[in-house]
Amino acid sequence: MELLVASAIGILTAAGLYLVLRLRTFPVIMGVSLLTYAVNIFLFASGRLTVGVPPILTDATTYTDPLPQALVLTAIVISFGMTAVVVMIALGAFLGGNDDHVDDPKPEADAGDAS
Amino acid sequence: MSLFLIVALPFLGALLPGLMNSAGRAACAGVTFMVTLATFVGLLTNLPTVLAGELVTVGIDWMPLLGLNVTLMLDGLGFFFACLILGIGLLIITYARFYLAREDNMGEFFTYLLLFQGAMVGIVLSDNILLLLVFWELTSLSSFLLIGYWKHLPEGRQGARMALTVTGMGGLAMIGGMMILGQIVGSYDLSVILQNRDLIQADPLYLPALILILLGCFTKSAQFPFHFWLPHAMAAPTPVSAYLHSATMVKAGIFLMARMWPVLSGTPEWFVIVTGAGLITMVLGAVIALFKHDLKALLAFSTVSHLGLITMLLGTGTAFGAMAAMFHILNHATFKAALFMSAGIIDHETHTRDIRRLGGLRHLMPITFGIATLAALSMAGIPLLNGFLSKEMMLEEATHTVLFNSPILVPVLATIGSLFSAAYCFRLIGHTFLGPQRDDYPAKPHDPPVGLWGPPALLATLVVVIGVAPFLAEPFVKLVTASVLGGVVDVPDAHFKIWHGLTTALYMSIIAVGGGLLMLAIFNPALRVWDAAPRPEAKRIFDAIIAASVSLARKFIAPLHDGSFSRYAAIMAVTVLAVGYHAWTTGTVAPATRILQPTNFVQVAGWFMLVAATVGLVFLHRDRLLSLILIGIVGLMVSVGFVVFSAPDLAMTQLTVEVVTIILLLLALNFLPNKTPIESSVTRRTIDGVIAVAVGVAAAGLSYHYMLRDTIVPSISEYHLANSYKGGGGTNVVNVILVDFRGFDTFGEIIVLGIAALLIYALTETLLSGPVRARLLNRKPDQPRAGNMHPMMMVVMTRVIMPIVLMVAFYIFWRGHNEPGGGFIAGLVASIAIVMQYMASGFGWTSARVRYPYHGVIGAGVLIAGLTGIGSWFFGKPFLTSDYTYVRIPPFEKFELATAALFDLGVFLAVVGAVMLSLESFSRLARRAHVDDPDHPMDIDPSRDDETTKAEA
Repeated sequence: MELLVASAIGILTAAGLYLVLRLRTFPVIMGVSLLTYAVNIFLFASGRLTVGVPPILTDATTYTDPLPQALVLTAIVISFGMTAVVVMIALGAFLGGNDDHVDDPKPEADAGDAS
Repeated sequence: MSLFLIVALPFLGALLPGLMNSAGRAACAGVTFMVTLATFVGLLTNLPTVLAGELVTVGIDWMPLLGLNVTLMLDGLGFFFACLILGIGLLIITYARFYLAREDNMGEFFTYLLLFQGAMVGIVLSDNILLLLVFWELTSLSSFLLIGYWKHLPEGRQGARMALTVTGMGGLAMIGGMMILGQIVGSYDLSVILQNRDLIQADPLYLPALILILLGCFTKSAQFPFHFWLPHAMAAPTPVSAYLHSATMVKAGIFLMARMWPVLSGTPEWFVIVTGAGLITMVLGAVIALFKHDLKALLAFSTVSHLGLITMLLGTGTAFGAMAAMFHILNHATFKAALFMSAGIIDHETHTRDIRRLGGLRHLMPITFGIATLAALSMAGIPLLNGFLSKEMMLEEATHTVLFNSPILVPVLATIGSLFSAAYCFRLIGHTFLGPQRDDYPAKPHDPPVGLWGPPALLATLVVVIGVAPFLAEPFVKLVTASVLGGVVDVPDAHFKIWHGLTTALYMSIIAVGGGLLMLAIFNPALRVWDAAPRPEAKRIFDAIIAASVSLARKFIAPLHDGSFSRYAAIMAVTVLAVGYHAWTTGTVAPATRILQPTNFVQVAGWFMLVAATVGLVFLHRDRLLSLILIGIVGLMVSVGFVVFSAPDLAMTQLTVEVVTIILLLLALNFLPNKTPIESSVTRRTIDGVIAVAVGVAAAGLSYHYMLRDTIVPSISEYHLANSYKGGGGTNVVNVILVDFRGFDTFGEIIVLGIAALLIYALTETLLSGPVRARLLNRKPDQPRAGNMHPMMMVVMTRVIMPIVLMVAFYIFWRGHNEPGGGFIAGLVASIAIVMQYMASGFGWTSARVRYPYHGVIGAGVLIAGLTGIGSWFFGKPFLTSDYTYVRIPPFEKFELATAALFDLGVFLAVVGAVMLSLESFSRLARRAHVDDPDHPMDIDPSRDDETTKAEA
């Protein structure tokens, strides 16, 4: 089970990073979202994995670690806010400049050298 | 008055001038005056204790681990400087009230002035050297604001930048020096440091510490070779020059040298550096001052020269030298502030400060003439004025000072300095006030109102009083000297007298005054020689150094930060990977303490779906709509994962956030291209892929390793589990942590969320009011629009379901304290209920029915949460302490009422407001011209048929 979660974190990270390295805003936003999942699961897993013992107090004797859950819960909500802001900035840039590249255009001198 | 209050008052008072700005200039200046007066009176209440020779100290621990404590002390030296700062401050405030023009923003000016005042008072009262450094930097910052107060003047901005650069660099050096000092002694408290003279001077790090601290002092007090910033700072309004550059800030360096005198002075290093720099500065400043035509520049260089004089006196390391230095600080503050204010009056009334365009003003401005002449003669060292007394003491000290084994070097240089000093004073009087009256002044000169000449007149009176009756100042100066000396040596018993007999110093004085008159007589030929002589231009050298530093910095930054985001991301990823690899290979990995848990089929199936969607996303990301669907699957699987791993709250949050995120991205995609073109080369994609896979493997490896090991130290979670019910009254530990244990964090988070939403709103407003608006309004959608924009089934369904969804939200909210749920999740569920209405019935229809603006909802949420927190203050508990009780209202079951629920209500409202404001902002972009929002949700759009027919034709 740990192997599944660890590999999922790895795959989400790799895919997210690959998309973050793309040149247009939309894939970059997708990549950041994937990285967010990876980071959230990573943080969540720092409480170690347990099945069937939610941190709701009952007569049970063991519970899973509640602290990472509380931290990740707010992280999920905040990441929505941040995604919205980034999307808005990307949108504003595209509508303003009709260009959704994430990189600044190369300076003129470099273009001259290349040709 | 408590020392805390004395330091805090100016800072608190700095809030007032801005508020009083609209109440008029008099009110604005008046309130500043009252604040300063209150502080001054508060200081004076401590006078009896200081006079008794006792130390007033107060202190609280701030960060004791760092040695940083807020400890203040008041001794003679601190009292003397605080008096100068506040007393001259009062005069300057009065003067500035009349000096500043109607179009100057007076509130801003006085705010800066009070900030500066507070920082200065902080420096002189600090007992902790780290605290002193904080105030030290604050004076640099506030003086930057003051020097650059006239933002429209390029000289003002450049002067302010130069002053900040030079004094800021000095401040950095001083931090280093103070740290070393603190390390040597083992304490950052001045009172302790000052007791450890032998320890410090014997330490091998004494010299580095000395040099670093002196760098700070020399830059602040404009000592050679850092003297050049002061004249450029004269672009400031005259009240600032009079305050900062004569009486206070430039004396901060001197103050610190005096403060550190007991532990740093007396060594050959101290003597050579301090006396040497002081002597050079004194002579150089005096010579340059003579040939300056701008009144304020002349005064600036004369200030440089006099600061050099004081530095030299401190450098000699004798008690007499220290006493002369203290006396000269007092005298210099009186006559130089008066002179600056007079120069300001001349500038104000004649509209020029150029000496060459002045002359003959004595009959036109008799009062100003009287004040300036008295002050200038005092500065020249004419008997019966206070400048004479301290200058005489300086010359006396110089005759006993042997530098570089030469008994005449110091006396000769001191005489030359005094000679030029006398010469520029005579020139100031002669070329400005004497001589024939002219008819080409830029404005008709006349004496100013009493508000302008009153303050300098008061100072001029002091000049005469101390000059005639020096015995009045003697006890006070000796008290100050005693605290400078700090018991290392005794206060000299020499008395302040006008007539000491025919001493060497008197002859030197006579030479200086006579030579000064002679210099004035041959001024014109001397000026020609001066103008012809080559000399380094400090500003040009400074600019060249700055330009060189900038281009050096660019060389490093340009290859790394070339504006390519993907490059930054790759650099960061590789760096993190490298650092992580280093840590991994050099550290030790403990053996696993947990065993792998068994896996069942459902988990594998979920994992497979997640991985398939993720990998698919990478390969299919160019189709943007498809990638949205795929990322939806990923999010769903993550939620399912949370269910499996005992995190019901997280699962619910992830699921609801997923819904609003996808809606948001869909709205955005409405405007963005639907495809991502292939741009990067195969090589580039391969490299990116390799980096990504490497980082992914590292992340997987790291998480796998720590999931198999227990935490090294027990986590604080046990405490939360144990106290959740007892202390927080809830059985859902996650929720209790959010609203109770870590409620303050949550409070911050809902504020962040609200700010994010407001930012989106603001960006939308900017877009809609700018050039983008026209494009948006006339945009042609790239997809054919649905003819049936608001299908009846959907409209009916969403409206029927709305109360049910809200009920669910209410239920989730209410049970949140004990069962999975809570404000965050309920807020998201409620948002989805409202979003459904927007989607089904249209923007116009829904907006018309929204009764409260979403901004207000966010604000209400934050307010409710905040007020709940504040509420606990009324019961004498810290912020956000929660309480709960159980009530029973028949016919219901017994249920719990907790203040945490009120806090959670705040969270709920903030989340609803933030989510809705974001989504609504995006939707507003989509509204187009010529297309009215349908009034009735089930309208059919007939125009669509026309468009389709046209397309087919």
